[in-house]
Amino acid sequence: MVRFVDAETRVVVQGITGRQGSFHTKLMLDYGTKIVAGVTPGKGGAIVEGVPVYDTVAEALDRHRVDASIIFVPAPYASDAVHEALDAGLDPIVVITEGIPIRDTMKFVARARRSDITIIGPNTPGVIKVGECKLGIMPARVFTRGRVGIISRSGTLTYEIADHISRIGLGESTCVGLGGDPITGLDFIDALKWFEDDPQTEAVVLIGEIGGDAEERAAEFIADGGFTKPAVAYIAGRTAIPGKRMGHAGAIIQGERGTARSKIEALEAADVSVAERPSDVARILKKLLS
Amino acid sequence: MRLLEWEAKEVFRDYGIPIPRGRIASTPSEARLIAKEIGKPVAVKAQIPIGGRGKAGGILFAENPEEAEEAAEKLLGSLIQGVEVKQVLVEERLSIERELYLGVVVDRSSRAYTALATSEGGVEIEEVAARTPEKIIRLTVDPLRGLLPHEARWIVKQIGLEGRQMLTAADILVKLYRLAVEMDAELTEINPLAVTPDGLIAADARLNIDDNALWRHRDLLERFSESELLDLTGKERKARKLGLIYVELDGDIGIIGNGAGLTMATLDTVQLYGGKPANFLDLGGGAPADRVEMAVSFLLTDPKVRAIFINILGGITRCDEVARGIIAAREKTGVEKPMVVRMIGTREEEGRRLLEEAGIHCLDSMEEAAERVVSLAGRR
Repeated sequence: MVRFVDAETRVVVQGITGRQGSFHTKLMLDYGTKIVAGVTPGKGGAIVEGVPVYDTVAEALDRHRVDASIIFVPAPYASDAVHEALDAGLDPIVVITEGIPIRDTMKFVARARRSDITIIGPNTPGVIKVGECKLGIMPARVFTRGRVGIISRSGTLTYEIADHISRIGLGESTCVGLGGDPITGLDFIDALKWFEDDPQTEAVVLIGEIGGDAEERAAEFIADGGFTKPAVAYIAGRTAIPGKRMGHAGAIIQGERGTARSKIEALEAADVSVAERPSDVARILKKLLS
Repeated sequence: MRLLEWEAKEVFRDYGIPIPRGRIASTPSEARLIAKEIGKPVAVKAQIPIGGRGKAGGILFAENPEEAEEAAEKLLGSLIQGVEVKQVLVEERLSIERELYLGVVVDRSSRAYTALATSEGGVEIEEVAARTPEKIIRLTVDPLRGLLPHEARWIVKQIGLEGRQMLTAADILVKLYRLAVEMDAELTEINPLAVTPDGLIAADARLNIDDNALWRHRDLLERFSESELLDLTGKERKARKLGLIYVELDGDIGIIGNGAGLTMATLDTVQLYGGKPANFLDLGGGAPADRVEMAVSFLLTDPKVRAIFINILGGITRCDEVARGIIAAREKTGVEKPMVVRMIGTREEEGRRLLEEAGIHCLDSMEEAAERVVSLAGRR
């Protein structure tokens, strides 16, 4: 079962003393996220933004009740941090770190799926339940509490589209970034299952990009009746050329596979409206929900 | 990072995978010497990072050292699909009875390595997949357990191998899997795995390494320093050295965005309005003014670029930093090109004020900005 976050989620920040970790700890606290502890090996006893820091996740768990983890640990050490969170049974685990080798990701994702723990990322902006809990690095002001869920492979494009959805008056329920890497824990299908059962969500936006076949599999899942609420999609990378990585490690067309066209066709065949421009997403949603 | 055949073969040898006798040559006379050492007919193979090399004329056969020299003379310095041949691999010519295929590749859908085998070696695996998919045997490998010998035997038995040959092929596949894991391969292939009177030999070798894992393969970068940049164009190499995330395209509108998805969407929108993007350039998150300056200068000094579109959605990226970078780039390069800036988010007001003072107008909507830059590029 997929687990996201809400006002009750209690969080440990792994890599809290780093530049990114401390900066975003402050922003998450400002948003109201319950951050109860931080972990940086060798920095136990420090305090960051009023949050006590421990050397290990186990010590943090001895002193606090913790549900979830968010990881800002640099790529060479990130995989160890994820395994530590898995050992502690934290769920979900949000992996912000970019640049983790695929081999490491395959291992911790396999472990997580075996123990039914949700890993969001790597290379994700995180997850936000608007107005309750922000477990990630997304700018808070583009979101307003509302009716639309967002599942996305891209950070800034999510903010762009969320901003339109907020301005048009629909607002967002929960938004989750899957991450820009070739292999991620959570995928579109996992997230769609969660949104199907979420009473606050009336429609979902899927933001995809070139590379892999996650969008095609999501389309199949929707066509098979796995997700029944209205869905709108935007796919980035229509102009991308095969064999070149477009910024994200996972955004690459390999041979004939992973093109924007293939994804758009699959989604349209599943009756998902595919927007041509980012700003069209909000307009289509407005029509579908009125 | 895609290794060349000879580089991949050196790694194969480290793992005990049988490869033909041979060496790399960068002059015709070296090729002749190597052929003489081998003392048998040889194959002279262009070392370029391109599939279907044989069909494109990149592999020549030679009966003796003199012919090997001639073959190398022909290949070295020639262009094959636009790529210059700088080295040739001279190796013993195999008497091939049959061609098989073994591979270990990252499979994104199953989030694991897949071991692949087919009896239809010698052609690209995608071609086999399109024509006779039933002839490809696949096994998803559990990342926590690895590929076990009995699984490897099952796979190679499915492609029709028996007895000693089956055992040898299974052993090679297990070694290939170990190589994939330890070398952080995105893909490694033996195609073809040649069945010869002397046993099974990897006649060709492919090894692509996960760029995100290169930090733990420094020795490899030292051995094969050229390969890291092989797939890049001249401009892309220059950009890489500056630390920019840049892909060259064939249009005339320079694009800068922050975040991979937004930048891709910016290219798409420009194209939707009839423009042709000259590049993809992602500033990443939280770019300071000097990084922005470097990116903008890069496009200002690119003669192919007729107009520039900068699309920023400030989260951790600050609009005032972006504005300072843009202004500094214009001042320092002294180049004036039509420029459209769309900038919203963190410190937007300050950023806009700086740009307006420098005479650069800022737009709110990315679609409006895309339309405008297309018309500016067309007007000149």
